[in-house]
Amino acid sequence: MSSQPVAVAPVPRGALSQRVGRRALDWLPALVVLVVVLVVWQESIALLHIKRFLAPQPSAIASTFWDDRGELLRAGWFTFQEALGGFVVGSALGILAALVLARWPRLSRALMPYAIAASAVPIIAFAPITNAWFSPFGKTSKIAIAAILCFFPVFVNTLRGLTSVRPSSIELMRSYAAGEIDIFRRVRIPTALPLTFTALKIATVLSMIGAIVGEYFGGDFNALGVLINSRSATFAFEEAWAGIGVACAFGIAFYLVVAGLERVALRGAPSTED
Amino acid sequence: MSVVAIEKLTKQFAQGNVVALQDIELAIEPGEFVSLIGPSGCGKSTLLRIIGDLIQPTSGTVMVNGKPAPRARADHDYGIVFQDSVLFDWRTVSKNVALPLELLGWDRARRKTRVDEMLALVELQGFGDHQPWQLSGGMQMRVAIARALAFEPPLLLMDEPFGALDEMTRERLNMELLRIWEASKSTVVFVTHSIAEAVFLSTRAVVMSARPGRIADIVEIDLPYPRGAATREEPRYFELVTQVREALHLGSDLDRAVADV
Repeated sequence: MSSQPVAVAPVPRGALSQRVGRRALDWLPALVVLVVVLVVWQESIALLHIKRFLAPQPSAIASTFWDDRGELLRAGWFTFQEALGGFVVGSALGILAALVLARWPRLSRALMPYAIAASAVPIIAFAPITNAWFSPFGKTSKIAIAAILCFFPVFVNTLRGLTSVRPSSIELMRSYAAGEIDIFRRVRIPTALPLTFTALKIATVLSMIGAIVGEYFGGDFNALGVLINSRSATFAFEEAWAGIGVACAFGIAFYLVVAGLERVALRGAPSTED
Repeated sequence: MSVVAIEKLTKQFAQGNVVALQDIELAIEPGEFVSLIGPSGCGKSTLLRIIGDLIQPTSGTVMVNGKPAPRARADHDYGIVFQDSVLFDWRTVSKNVALPLELLGWDRARRKTRVDEMLALVELQGFGDHQPWQLSGGMQMRVAIARALAFEPPLLLMDEPFGALDEMTRERLNMELLRIWEASKSTVVFVTHSIAEAVFLSTRAVVMSARPGRIADIVEIDLPYPRGAATREEPRYFELVTQVREALHLGSDLDRAVADV
């Protein structure tokens, strides 16, 4: 699960190695920070006699991860599936709702105040409720909370993108006698895409949060949230931290995949690369 | 048959009861290059949009190629160029030029042939695969002109297309536009607030005045074509510039007289 996203376009051999070299150099400062943080963490816990339940040493977390890697990764995969399900359902509904409201602005004027109000609600508070709606042990309840979390940013951003088209672009399309579908396909949707992708990247993070927090209120024995929760309750802190590490890894990988899709979808746009 | 025939046209905007245009009568013949010139608020851009069926008149008739304006729009009778080039960032230069052709349902091979012709016409060969934002303002405007003319519309509507460009680029593009106009044999309606530009380009300059927007005078520009850099130094050019300027001032004096009453 540690593979980096590979360069998309075929590049001549020399140029590729040059690119990889430059990439590595770009990442160097961040890597140095990571190593420094881990070393300081490791050493300060021993030096300051910090209690194990506050923060175990990174080396202890790493060795626990290695011992239990099968169980942890299975749990991570299980929870990631819930997050992915919620992400797909919530984002799809968000994009669909945005398309409908952009097409019929009158509807938008009626519904937008509620959508904005709802997006200000701490939706995660509903996690116990979705557990009650569906079986607390099944995936559906977690998919539901993740989907609701993903829905709002994707919906609001996409709608803003679809409706922030310059009037002259619309006039141009109308001068070609283009219909609404053509205007959506060739102007509104391409204008909205960068904003939608920004929201989708946020949604990857939200979907993982939704799935894990949902599991804190009960879930499958195999789920990552359940594992983290139960290990903390039984003072198996190294394992709980290892579980958190797995959640981070899945979350980051998910984010990077969507960011990669964004680069492919928005190639040529002025903001991506110079 | 006139390309554009406007009769008893009035446009009143609902907000504030503003009379944008009053009693406009204008006929534009095939192959003409007609400038609409006047101070801001005289309704010249509104008039252009009414000809293009992007705005509906309050009363009066607008016929384009003998058809009501909505019919002409549906028939793809005109291309339009705005002050802002309105190129789409997510399309290459070629794809921007091909946009109207896609909407007309041309196949890929035919589109490619025409796009190459159009890029040659505006002297942008080799820039087809560039992104619009990689081009200068003047080049972007040439792409917009290529796009507007790609499907050979009989009427070209231009709304201050060179207004945002520097004087040097503007003069060069003026000459290029004349060359393109003579090559394409289309009729042009050109909105500007530059007297020099209107005189240099047009067969006729329609001088408008504001509040309410109306036609103050129509000046025949009898400078021979092809026009070039030397045209701007001819005595007749200066006479015509003066004539248009005086017509503009007469129009604004009229404004004041109306305001005093």
